[in-house]
Amino acid sequence: MTTTLDPPVPQTAAGALPRLLPSVPVRTLAEHLAHFGPAPRPHHGLVDEVEAAGLQGRGGAGFPTAVKMRAVAGGRRPVVVANGTEGEPASAKDRALLSAAPHLVLDGVVAAAEAVGAAEAIVCVERSAVGVIRVVEHALAERRAARVDRIAVRVEATPDRYVAGEASALVHWLNGGDAKPTFVATHLSDKGVGGRPTLVDNVETLAHVALIARHGAAWFRNVGTASDPGSALVTISGAASRPGVYEVPLGVSLGTVLWAAGADAARTPAVLVGGYFGTWIPGAQIDGVTLDGASLGRVGAAFGCGAIAVLPSGRCGLAEAARIARWLAGENAGQCGPCMFGLPAIAAAMDALVAGEPSGGAEQDLRRWLGLVKGRGACKHPDGAARFVESSLRVFRDEIIVHRGRRRPCPDTTPLLPTPAPGPWR
Amino acid sequence: MTAAARRAEIVVNPIACVAHGVCAELFPERITLDEWGYPIIDPRPVPEHLLEHARRAVAACPTLALLVRDAARR
Repeated sequence: MTTTLDPPVPQTAAGALPRLLPSVPVRTLAEHLAHFGPAPRPHHGLVDEVEAAGLQGRGGAGFPTAVKMRAVAGGRRPVVVANGTEGEPASAKDRALLSAAPHLVLDGVVAAAEAVGAAEAIVCVERSAVGVIRVVEHALAERRAARVDRIAVRVEATPDRYVAGEASALVHWLNGGDAKPTFVATHLSDKGVGGRPTLVDNVETLAHVALIARHGAAWFRNVGTASDPGSALVTISGAASRPGVYEVPLGVSLGTVLWAAGADAARTPAVLVGGYFGTWIPGAQIDGVTLDGASLGRVGAAFGCGAIAVLPSGRCGLAEAARIARWLAGENAGQCGPCMFGLPAIAAAMDALVAGEPSGGAEQDLRRWLGLVKGRGACKHPDGAARFVESSLRVFRDEIIVHRGRRRPCPDTTPLLPTPAPGPWR
Repeated sequence: MTAAARRAEIVVNPIACVAHGVCAELFPERITLDEWGYPIIDPRPVPEHLLEHARRAVAACPTLALLVRDAARR
């Protein structure tokens, strides 16, 4: 599953990939140091270096990492939380990274902790990823025995829920509550784990921090674009003969990445970019799209967590979208009314479209409800689900008409994307 | 009145809100209810002459889910 991208992705000496994800797992400390070079010494300029590198969070939101680091730096006894929960069913990159290069992530955790003045860090991995947890525990034990870190790092096995990885939900769970988002009057950077200033960063983000600490900002910018520098991990699934996790330079063409994964961009009806909160890009529009904020923005998409799912030729995208909408509805935390009632209503209307409901009422309802749920939750779950459904309505317009008219038989409706059964909230 | 008071906005804590709907009754100028009974807040700042209505709605919320705050704060 963990593999790296072969040419034609440009590979110059300065911008050689992979950076993060070795082709063969690098799990012992000795292998790690041989592969990535000596661990960086703690230095107080790291936040400035991360800022100069222009590193943006790789968990989905893409927020500038240096800004988050600054917000906790110098606070009273801050805590670092490395978010490897990866509740996104279409993504496998955090688990792949933790599994292939656990020490690189831990170097990043420690470097970030030292840079912000934290003495404690917690690596969070979803409970079902038993093998990954074992790898990280083993790496931590090795580091403790070798006394390489001055930071106390521990692993926590988190509930398997989609919204459990949302920063406030994760902190609430670490504080002994349900892994549900909270309505935060204060920022986590002021009051998070144990009421202390808390930096929550995705594990891939922290691995980049480890490399920036080693090689500097200029090196980091040797790949990627000016506004989206560096490399990033993507997970390709669906109609691809070589699905898996790939490390790509940001700004690479979507077609190239699909080609490398053995997916046929010319034959797919659409690809879902950014996971279940993401956007479908129709097959006809793939040409010319590159994996960076500006290009993706022009087709209404965002990089998100880098999950890319390829719809097979002939597969009904509308039925697939309805299934995902239903799953997202089931993953609401049962806390905020508009999400709790709105998402199931939206999912039911999507089912009505699949069933070919003739009146057009379902579409009218959908337009209204999609507008109603956005911005009315404690977290962005309703917004993300609404964005996904809106994109589905736009891209699968023809399918809606086909289903309504039933002029030809419904295409293949075999489920594509995983819809894992919900786990407990604690 | 101060500038801060003129920039007051109403915010609902969506987790605390359980759709009693009292707020929409007491402050219909800025709060309506969706089809499930949850408040839809007009995002415009609350003008001074409506502040008393806003404060009454805030005080009457059975779950203390409504607050008036200085819009400049966030």
